[in-house]
Amino acid sequence: MLDQLEALYREALEALEGASDDEALRGWEREYIGRKGKVTLMVRRVGELPPEERPAFGRRANEIKRELQAAFEQRARQIEQEKLARELESGAIDVTLPGRPVQVGRLHPSTQTLRRIYDIWAEMGFQVYLSRDVEDDETNFTLLNIPPHHPARDMWDTFYTTRPGVLLRTHTSPGQIRAMREFAPEPIRVILPGMCYRYEQISARSEIQFYQVEGLAVGHNIRLTDLIGTMSDFVRRLFGPERKVRFRASYFPFTEPSLEVDLDCILCGGKGCSVCKHTGWLEIAGCGMVHPVVLRNGGYDPEEFTGFAFGMGPERITMLLYGIDDIRYFWGNDIRFLEQF
Amino acid sequence: MKVPLRWLKEYVDIDDIPLEELVRRLTFAGLEVAKVRYVGVPEPGGASGREPHLAWDREKLLVGAITEVRPHPNADRLVIAVVEYGGPEPEYCVTGAPNLFEYQGKGPLPQPLKAVLALEGAVVFDGHKNDGSLMKLRGRKIRGIYNRSMVCSERELGISDEHEGIIILDPDAPTGMPLQDYMGDIVLDLDLTPNMARCWSIVGVAREVAALFGRELRMPPDDFSPTGPPIEGQAAIRIEKPDLNPRFMLGLLRGVKIGPSPYWMQYRLRLAGMRPINNIVDSTNYVMLELGEPLHAFDYDTLYRRAGGKPPTIITRLPKPGEKLTTLDGEERELDPFTILVCDTAGPLSLAGIMGGLESEVEDTTTNVLLEAASWDFISIRRTMKAQKIDSEAAARFSRGVHPAIAERGLRRCLMLMQQTAGGEIASGVLDEYPRPAPTVEVDLPVGSVGRLLGVDFTAEQIVELLSGLEFRCEVKGDVIHVTVPDHRMDIGSGLIGQFDLIEEIARLYGYDRFEGTQIADELPPQRGNIVLERTEMVRDALVRAGLQEIITYRLTTPEREALLTPPGARSDWPDVEYVRLANPISRDKVVMRHTLLAGMLDVAASNLRYREHVAFFEVGKVFIPCDAPLPDEPLRLGIVMRGPRRPESWLGRPDDDASPMDFYDLKGVIESLVEQLHLPEVTYRPSEHSSFHPGRAAELNVSGRNVGVFGELHPLVCKAFDLGDMPVLAGEFDLETLIGLIPATYKMKPISRYEAIRQDIALIVDEAVPAAEVEAVIWEAGGQLLRGVRLFDVYRGDPIPPGKKNLAYTLMYQSYERTLTTKKASKVHAKIAKALERRLGAKIRA
Repeated sequence: MLDQLEALYREALEALEGASDDEALRGWEREYIGRKGKVTLMVRRVGELPPEERPAFGRRANEIKRELQAAFEQRARQIEQEKLARELESGAIDVTLPGRPVQVGRLHPSTQTLRRIYDIWAEMGFQVYLSRDVEDDETNFTLLNIPPHHPARDMWDTFYTTRPGVLLRTHTSPGQIRAMREFAPEPIRVILPGMCYRYEQISARSEIQFYQVEGLAVGHNIRLTDLIGTMSDFVRRLFGPERKVRFRASYFPFTEPSLEVDLDCILCGGKGCSVCKHTGWLEIAGCGMVHPVVLRNGGYDPEEFTGFAFGMGPERITMLLYGIDDIRYFWGNDIRFLEQF
Repeated sequence: MKVPLRWLKEYVDIDDIPLEELVRRLTFAGLEVAKVRYVGVPEPGGASGREPHLAWDREKLLVGAITEVRPHPNADRLVIAVVEYGGPEPEYCVTGAPNLFEYQGKGPLPQPLKAVLALEGAVVFDGHKNDGSLMKLRGRKIRGIYNRSMVCSERELGISDEHEGIIILDPDAPTGMPLQDYMGDIVLDLDLTPNMARCWSIVGVAREVAALFGRELRMPPDDFSPTGPPIEGQAAIRIEKPDLNPRFMLGLLRGVKIGPSPYWMQYRLRLAGMRPINNIVDSTNYVMLELGEPLHAFDYDTLYRRAGGKPPTIITRLPKPGEKLTTLDGEERELDPFTILVCDTAGPLSLAGIMGGLESEVEDTTTNVLLEAASWDFISIRRTMKAQKIDSEAAARFSRGVHPAIAERGLRRCLMLMQQTAGGEIASGVLDEYPRPAPTVEVDLPVGSVGRLLGVDFTAEQIVELLSGLEFRCEVKGDVIHVTVPDHRMDIGSGLIGQFDLIEEIARLYGYDRFEGTQIADELPPQRGNIVLERTEMVRDALVRAGLQEIITYRLTTPEREALLTPPGARSDWPDVEYVRLANPISRDKVVMRHTLLAGMLDVAASNLRYREHVAFFEVGKVFIPCDAPLPDEPLRLGIVMRGPRRPESWLGRPDDDASPMDFYDLKGVIESLVEQLHLPEVTYRPSEHSSFHPGRAAELNVSGRNVGVFGELHPLVCKAFDLGDMPVLAGEFDLETLIGLIPATYKMKPISRYEAIRQDIALIVDEAVPAAEVEAVIWEAGGQLLRGVRLFDVYRGDPIPPGKKNLAYTLMYQSYERTLTTKKASKVHAKIAKALERRLGAKIRA
C-alpha cells in the first residue's frame, strides 16, 4: 500500500505541474488533497494495514500530505504571479498621449511684473502707495516744477478732460506730491504703481495707457550714491546679478541731478542690435534727486531733507524679459498671448 | 542737433580723442548721441546696413579742376568737362549738369572750377534712382562720346538729395586730394533734453566738450572793419513789450551781391540738416547753428519803400485785432493776441523768433540788408509755435531760451560772414535796444552741500576746477564758493535752486560712472503696508485659483459702447451720471473714462471667440464717476466674464469632455469659491433684476447685509449687441472696495471632530417659489449643535412630483465633538429638521 501511496504522490505532483490556472488548481486540490481526495482517502486506509506497518505508513503519509500541501501553495503563488504578470503586461498604456486638460487661471503679465517689482522694493523697505488716475494740472505738472507753458511740458503728450485743469495723469509722479503731503515730516520710502496715459497714436512701441512704477525716498540723509546703489541692486535683482548697469545724465524737471539708468542689452549682450538701437544699452528707468521745489511743494524743507525718485515702465520691462516686440499685446488680451505667462 | 566733427574741431581740439570716447563722454554728460553718421568715411566695424552708406574711395574719388567746358557734338543738353586731377592726362566727363552750361564753349577757364571727380571703377550712389542703390562707374559711350569718369552731385556722394547740378567746390580745394581727406566727416546727432538749450549750437557743444576733456574753447572771430556811414538815422527800433522782447539789435550791410554761398558753408549747412539758399540767408543760418542765435535778414529797400521812402522803424508788438501775416512758407496766418511780432510802420514783417514774412525777405535783387538779432521770452515763442504749428530751427532755439548776450555776438559774427560771402559795406555801429538786461546770476555754494546731496565729498578746489571748465567764475570764500554764472546760461537759478543746479553740473562733469553706489543709511520710515493692495492681490489670487485668466482692458471707452450693456428700450440700472470726458481724444473709440469694466471685458471676450470657445476672465480696475469735487471718484471694481463649453475638448471624449455650455451655476461656483477663500462673513444671494442680465438668472451678492455686486447670465440682447454668439455668457461686476473692506483681519479655525459622523438623507417636496437657500437655512436652524454638514445632491421636477413643485434631496451629516453619536440620537435631530421643514415651508417629506 505504501507503494500505491508513493505512486499516487508522484501522480499528484505530475498533475499539479499541469494545473495552469485557478480553476485547474482547485480541481487538483479536490482530486488529491481535498476531504474526499485520493491521497486523503488512501491515508484513511491506514487501518487496513497490519499494526507493525502502520507507524511507518503513517509517517510517510503525513510527509506526503505536507509536501503536497506545500507544493500546492507554491503552485498557487506561482499561478497568481503569472496572472499578475499577464495582467500588467496587457495593462500598458500609451504614456505619450496628452493628459486630461486642467483649466488653470493666470495673472496678466503686467500684474506679474508689478508683483516682482513690489517684492524687490518691499525688501528694501519701500511700501506701495496708490494714487489717482484723473489728476489736476497743478499736481501732475506745476507742483512737480513744470509750470504752464514750460518747454519741459513737451516731454508729455497729455489727455485733458472737458473740466478745466483736470487731466489724465501722464506719469505716476503726482503721487509723489500726494504721498509727501500725507507723510510730511516723516521720512518716506514708497513706490507708486499706477496706470498712466499719453496722447499718442497706438503703435508697436507706444500705447495711450501704460503702467508706471514711481519710487520716492525722502529723509535727512538720502544721497545720490544711495540712489545709484539702490537702483543697481534693483535692476540686478530683476534682470540677473551678472547684468551691467550704468547711469548717465538726463533731465526731468522734478529731479536734480537727473539720471537715466541703462542696462546692458539683454538681447545682444551689448554688441548692438535693433532693440537697443545699436547702442548696446537699454534705457530701463529714469531717476534723480528730488528737486528742492518739489520737496518744498510736498511739505519738506529742502535745507533739511533730501530725497531720490525714480520711474520705470512695467510693460517695457516685461517686453525685455520675455522678448515681446509689440506693446499692443498687453491690452489686446489675446488669450494666446496671456496664457504664455 | 547735428554736429559735424570738422566744424566742432574749429572750436576745440579733439583730434587725439577716439570717437567712441567722445560719444561715451557726451552721452554720460547728458548730451545723448542718438546716432552717428559717417559721411564719406568708412564706418568702424563695417557698415551696419541700417542706412545706405558710402565710404569715398581714396583712389578714385578726388578733388578735380575743370579747366574747360566743351560742347557735346551730338547733344544740346550735355557738355564735356575737361578735368585735371594730377594724372598724366585730364579726364573728359560727359555731364548734363546745368551749372556748367554757362562755361560752355568759352575755351580754357581763367580760373578752373573745382569739382568732385569720380574715376573709372569708383562706386557712387545712383543719382537717377535716389533709393540708396550704389553703382560702379564703367567706361561707355554717351551720345557717341566715350566716357569713363564723372563729376559728381551731392546725391551721388550721399551728402544730400541735391542732383540739380554738380558740386562746385571752393577755389582753394587742393586738386588731386582724395575727397575723403578733403571733406569726409562724421556727424553726431544729439538728442538734447529741454534743459540743454545752450547746446543747440556747435559752439555750445564745443564748450561742453572742452569742459569734459579739459580743453580750451576757441570762439569764432567776429572782427570786421565797418566802412559805411553810421547806422543811426538809417533805421530805428521801438520795443512795445519789453517783457516779451528784452533785447533787439540791428546791423546794416549795403551793396551786397546775392549769390550762392561758398561750398564750405553750404556743405556744413547740409550736414547740419539745413538747405542752402543764398549767401545772405546761409550766413544767418550758419551763425544760428554756430552760436545758437537765430537771425533774420530783411531787404532794407523793401522796408524803406514801406516806410514811404523814409528810414524804417522796426517795432516789436502784439497784433492788432484782425491783423494777418503771410510767412515765408506762403501761408497767410491769423495771429493770436499773445503772438509777438516784428513790424514796421506799415504792418507786420515776421512772426518774431519763429519765421520771417514773405514780403520783406531777401531776394536775388536785394542789395542792402538789414540784419536783426534779438532775444525773446521763450514761453511766448513756445505758445505761438504751438498755436501756429511751426517747428522752425529758429523757433526750436528761441522756445528753449537764448540768452540776450548771444544776440550781440550773433549779429557781429553774421555781419562779418555776410560781408565775406556777399561783399558790401558794413554800416558803422549797431542799433541796440536792451530794455530788460539779463541779470547776472550769482550763487553761493557751500562746499558741504555738494557732498550732502551727492554722497561723495568734493574739495573746493575740485569744485572750482570742474565749474571753471564751463566758464562759471568761482571765488572761494571759506566754506562757500561764490559762483558767477556765465551769460550764455539761462538754466541756473539762484539761492537753493541755484545750488542744486550747480551740484548737477559738478556731478555731470565729474561723471556718473565714477560714483560708487551706497546703501541707504537714513532711518527706515514706519512700515505700514498697504491693506488695499494686499487684499486686491488676495482677490486676484483667489480668482486665479478658481481657474480664471486675468485681463487688463482700456480704461477709456465711449458712452455708446457702455450703452450696449442695456437692452434696447429697457431702463438702465447702471448709474445715470456724467462721464469724465476727454477734451482732446485721439481716437473715436476712446473718448470717456469708463463707468464699468464689463463693456471692455465683453469686447475682449468677443475678440477671443475667434480662437477659443471657452473664456473665463476677470479684471480688477478702476472706474471713474464724476462727483461734486473737481476730481472724480475712482472706485475699484472686479469684473468677471465666462462663456463656452464647461471643459475643453480633448481626445478623451465624454464624460471627461463636458462640452455643455457653462451656465449660471458655473459662475456661482466661482463666486462661492471667492467668498470662501476671502472668508467673507454672512454671505447671501438674492435674485436680481438688473437690466443687463437675464431677468430670471441673476443674483445680487450680499456680504454682511451690504450689496457688493450683481452677477448672472447676461441678457440675450446684450450678448447679441456684443457679438458673443449663442452660448450663455456669465458675467458679474463687484464693488471691490466694499468687498475687501469686509474681509476679516483674521478668522478662527473650526475644530475637527475625532468621532464618527452619521449621514442621513432627506428628500422633500416644496413649492417652486421656495428658494433653496431658504430650505437650507431652515435645516441649519433646526439641526442645532449636532448638524455638521448639508449637501444638496438632487433637484427634481416632473412625474410623480406635482406641477409647480420641486423635489430637493439633501445628505445631512451629524457629528458630535464629545462622543460617538448613536443612530437614535441622529434620527431624533433628523426628525426635528423634517418637522421644521413641514411647518415652516409646507414641505412634504418623502424620506
